[in-house]
Amino acid sequence: MPRPGQRARAIALSLLLLALFLGAWQAAVSGGGGTAAQMDPDYAALMGTAATQGASAMPGPAQVATRLAELLADPFYDRGANDKGIGIQLGWSLLRVMLGYALAVLVAVPLGFLIGTSALLRQALDPFIQILKPISPLAWMPLALYTIKDSGRSAIFVIFICSVWPLLLNTAFGVASVRREWLNVARTLEVSRWRMAWRVILPAAAPTILTGMRISIGIAWLVIVAAEMLVGGTGIGYFVWNQWNNLSITDVIIAILLIGLVGMALDQLLAWAGRRVGYSE
Amino acid sequence: MNTRPHIALQGLRKLYPGNARPTFDEIWFDIMPGEFVCLIGHSGCGKTTLLNILAGLEQASGGTVIVEGRELTGPGLDRAVIFQSHALLPWMSVRENIAFAIRSRWPGWSRAEVEAHGQRYIDLVHLSGAERKKPAQLSGGMKQRVGIARALAIQPRILLMDEPFSALDALTRGALQDEVVAISATTRQTTFMITHDVDEAMLLADRIVLMTSGPDARVAEIVENGLPRGRTRQELHRLPGYAALRNHLLDFLVERPAGRPADPRHPPLRRIGAAEHPATANPR
Ligand SMILES: Nc1ncnc2c1ncn2[C@@H]1O[C@H](COP(=O)(O)OP(=O)(O)OP(=O)(O)O)[C@@H](O)[C@H]1O
Ligand SMILES: [Mg+2]
Repeated sequence: MPRPGQRARAIALSLLLLALFLGAWQAAVSGGGGTAAQMDPDYAALMGTAATQGASAMPGPAQVATRLAELLADPFYDRGANDKGIGIQLGWSLLRVMLGYALAVLVAVPLGFLIGTSALLRQALDPFIQILKPISPLAWMPLALYTIKDSGRSAIFVIFICSVWPLLLNTAFGVASVRREWLNVARTLEVSRWRMAWRVILPAAAPTILTGMRISIGIAWLVIVAAEMLVGGTGIGYFVWNQWNNLSITDVIIAILLIGLVGMALDQLLAWAGRRVGYSE
Repeated sequence: MNTRPHIALQGLRKLYPGNARPTFDEIWFDIMPGEFVCLIGHSGCGKTTLLNILAGLEQASGGTVIVEGRELTGPGLDRAVIFQSHALLPWMSVRENIAFAIRSRWPGWSRAEVEAHGQRYIDLVHLSGAERKKPAQLSGGMKQRVGIARALAIQPRILLMDEPFSALDALTRGALQDEVVAISATTRQTTFMITHDVDEAMLLADRIVLMTSGPDARVAEIVENGLPRGRTRQELHRLPGYAALRNHLLDFLVERPAGRPADPRHPPLRRIGAAEHPATANPR
């Protein structure tokens, strides 16, 4: 148990660390700055004047804050392919994640249920899962683009494939480790299979399944940025790549910040859901 | 006593895969309708296994169980089990745990009927006021009470109890024993209960089955409880024959006999407790 007042002190310490970080950042960008002499010539050429002009290359916190306010003032404008509001870009990414993730839940939870209840199926599918699981989701991208022939759907597929494994394994594990005595209670009550699944196995395994869902959403949000950098078009990943090409480091930093915030929100949402279905024995 | 047995165990044997010798073999005894039978035996002799077979949760490796004239094939609502570890579903409240059982027994019942029926049994085990609590919020004794209410609520013809009070402190155990005495006096359900508490067996049981130590355990003998009926926990130790019965049971537990009875189908039957009565013959 945290002592009373500990929370307040933790918040104060967090704020202090934030201030220190911002101060250090400001000092770093306004100080000596990147000296062109130490810079790799190719890199300097690529970056052009922006990097070689020292202090102005890396934006300071104040600059970022101003730009953030600007972007958030009108997050949903749409002026063609390469100029959309940050809200629209985040929205696209979230939409892809949600679609791929929902698909993964629809497939992995019932399948995990079957695997969890049948030792035979578990052993039969295990080699496939073991081989497929460690494959980087992005390695699927060319195959997805080739077969699906649509970059947006390919990104959704990549989200699906990266979310499906933690979900599948956690569901199977949760279902397989339902306490035997709970199943026995239901058996002595002659409960139907369906009612057993819904009223006993699912609630018993729910915390483990939710843990899998939380891991999956984290991975999906990690992967979407990379996937969108690859497929381009829309999304926060594409935004990052595009602003890099525009050498707008300020926007890149803002995108990084927003990716972190949205990822945290998704994680907290599932943590909350996990607490809802949790139980103590 | 001369009616057909409610439950007949006929040559039950259990051999767990990987074990060289069966846990028990040639288990024969009957439980008559309305009878309260306690099983006493050393740890590991297979008492839980035996009860699980009666519950239909486990398969015997040999022999059969006949319930009301029919061979037992699996679990059923005619038998309710009170588990040693109470086995409440932790995500359900007290009321929901009991309602889950009631709905399983009477799927057609309305919500109000289920509620009212459940409440009767919650009141019966003195849990009124705790209906909305989750098992984790209850004491050990309260959890066991919920388990009892859940078992009784489906109005089973047979009650199977696996050391239901062994995990409880003496005071709580005593209170629950009193409740079981009161309940079984009114319902007259056929009850089979495992216990390692000699006093508990003497208080509750009509007959006490003693099992030898495993592996390859048998029924060593069956003791008919000769103490007068209408026993209470407070009066138990003052009853005539109390010392004789208690000593007999304790001697059995201390001596750990591993020998086999000559005829496993008819283990020796002793009537102890009613000072002057001679041992009666096996009712079979
Ligand atoms: N699934 C199993 N596989 C193999 N052996 C088992 C299994 N379950 C129980 N046994 C063995 O069977 C024997 C009887 O177990 P059981 O739980 O029925 O004993 P018990 O009489 O209820 O003991 P206790 O008084 O300690 O509860 C034990 O020796 C145990 O090791
Ligand atoms: Mg046991």
